[in-house]
Amino acid sequence: MNRSVLTRTAVSSIAGIAIAALALAGCSSDNNNPGPSGSTDPYASLSGSIAGSGSSFQNNFEQAAIDAFLAKATNADVTYASKGSGTGKTEFGSNLTDFAGTDSLVKDSDGIAADSFYYIPLASAPITVSYNLSGVTGLKLSGTTLGSIFGRAIKNWNDPAIAQDNPGVTLPDKPIVVAHRSDGSGTTNRFTEYLTAAGGSGWTLGRGDSVAWPADTQAGAQNTGVAQIIKQSDGAIGYVDYSDAVAAGLTFASIKNKNGEFVAPTLDGATKAVAGGSVPADLSFDPIDATGAGVYPITAPTYILVRKTYGDAAKAALVKGYATFLLTDAQALAAGVNFAKLPDDLVQKALTQINAVQS
Amino acid sequence: MTLNERQSPALHRRGRGAIADRTFSTAALIAGILVLAILALIFITTVTQAWPAFRYQGLSFFTSTTWVPNDPDGDGPAKAQFGTLAFTYGTVVVSLIALVVAVPVSIGIALFITELAPKRVRSSVTTIIDLLAAVPSVVFGLLGILVVAPALFHAYDGVHKTVGRVPILGKLFGEPVSSGRSFMTAGIIVAIMIVPIITSVTREVFATVPTADKHAALSLGATRWEMIRAAVFPHSFGGMVGAVILGLGRAMGETIAVALTIGAAVHVTPNLFDGGHALPAVIVLNFGDPGSYPGREALIGCGVVLFALTLIVNYAARFIVRRAEVRMKGATA
Repeated sequence: MNRSVLTRTAVSSIAGIAIAALALAGCSSDNNNPGPSGSTDPYASLSGSIAGSGSSFQNNFEQAAIDAFLAKATNADVTYASKGSGTGKTEFGSNLTDFAGTDSLVKDSDGIAADSFYYIPLASAPITVSYNLSGVTGLKLSGTTLGSIFGRAIKNWNDPAIAQDNPGVTLPDKPIVVAHRSDGSGTTNRFTEYLTAAGGSGWTLGRGDSVAWPADTQAGAQNTGVAQIIKQSDGAIGYVDYSDAVAAGLTFASIKNKNGEFVAPTLDGATKAVAGGSVPADLSFDPIDATGAGVYPITAPTYILVRKTYGDAAKAALVKGYATFLLTDAQALAAGVNFAKLPDDLVQKALTQINAVQS
Repeated sequence: MTLNERQSPALHRRGRGAIADRTFSTAALIAGILVLAILALIFITTVTQAWPAFRYQGLSFFTSTTWVPNDPDGDGPAKAQFGTLAFTYGTVVVSLIALVVAVPVSIGIALFITELAPKRVRSSVTTIIDLLAAVPSVVFGLLGILVVAPALFHAYDGVHKTVGRVPILGKLFGEPVSSGRSFMTAGIIVAIMIVPIITSVTREVFATVPTADKHAALSLGATRWEMIRAAVFPHSFGGMVGAVILGLGRAMGETIAVALTIGAAVHVTPNLFDGGHALPAVIVLNFGDPGSYPGREALIGCGVVLFALTLIVNYAARFIVRRAEVRMKGATA
């Protein structure tokens, strides 16, 4: 008994000494290397706190990035609340937050003064067209067929248009159940953008956070709700973001891109879509229906919005630090949360944009 | 010892009573006015906020069933449209289904607890029913989409195949939606949620029926059911309707459970097995990303419609109660 007490005391005192030594080492290394020596972090000098809100689509990526960032920027605090792009933009516009996450572009009605903000590209991800059709795997769909299916011009799986995309496949005589989002969503916005661009005459509902879906379609709340409807009913088809679709174990259709290839949704296909898509001067890049080999055509972009001036040097430094982290170190985390990293040249342009942020 | 010394000091001291009295009446008056003021402010704020949508859409905001929260053809001739009639219809239908299911069950439970159950069972049944009221509505919603809706789809299908050709019933019980998310599912889920409210209020009301009345009925040779009909119901009619109105208020405002189970289809249809939409569900599902201008304002407008609907229903119910009470109790009421 005595021995065990002794041992315990010894262990705890050794541990105490070790901790003290570590702390001292930490202090001294901070003191000796004030910044640019490479091995220490430029983030450690950042302090204060910033808050962001918006897109639920980019939430998983934000949370993973914030965890990694705060491990380096130990004096700072960053929070991100997943509330939807619309709410994020409104809160950013009313100065409630310091940055916003959004999947859609800023409109006049969002209440954000034009020329008061920058778009910072964050990442992209495929939107899958997931289906549940017993006996059929590797379904291929062209844009026009997809437009007619979601516009309810095609109502049965054995329709000639679907058969034409899938030569040699026996398609069942089964009604198509179309599943979509019941809530307003950036995913719907980008998916309907694709259908408007490539859906042909079968798609007439336009594009938006929510559209006037025909009454004989079915709706689920959030990506998980749509995924659940698809899993529940044989003959169902719907659009679900990549990470939720992977998590739900859904089957994906391959979509015909502009090169005429049928491409299944992958992160690689999404990165290629960003490289082949349009990048306007304000960096609000748009990879929907992009050109190029291996491109997955329904790839959704996501951005953060930062102010051009913050009127607070520490806050501006923290926003710039965090945004820089998102574009550099955090890009390596993207694949882990099912996002596609940005191509290098877009990252360079974005970093230049961040450096233009004034205090 | 004088009389004054034996009185409580609070009554004895001069002036104190008058001050306390006045303070109390002022406080009560403020509390009373506050309720009205809050209601009025809610109404004024929501109407002001929703005004751009009313201006944009005009009267058809209330009478149209077309809800197109985006601009379908870019800059073409078609514009976003915000008509809320389909949502109002859905709210009313779901609430009616909920009442039809919940009221008989609740009154049955309340009668069982007050008139039939042995004492030992009574308290445990009451506790369980009250526990039901503590379950968060999202839990009911998830239960609805994961368990109830898929299971009920087969029941719906059976009912549809049985009565599908009967003239009116065939319209009401038409082709069911394959996910089971429909007016009926939402109504049943909401019914489960309002049972505890209606039960606990009616139970309290039944408990106030004088024992003398009940004994009188029984001594005249009434059976238990005849006693309930002759003594319990007439005495507690007003309270029962009050309980139903409370339940109706909860049903019309129920948001998450309905949003999850109703299916978000925008149309007016007599088919109770078809998907629909309801005012609170539209608001909660779309507020994050409300679509093109004036989408957010239109959603606040949905709130105004719901507010007005609740007021109208409450007043109508109160009117009915007053007339029915006179008929049931005779001229004394």
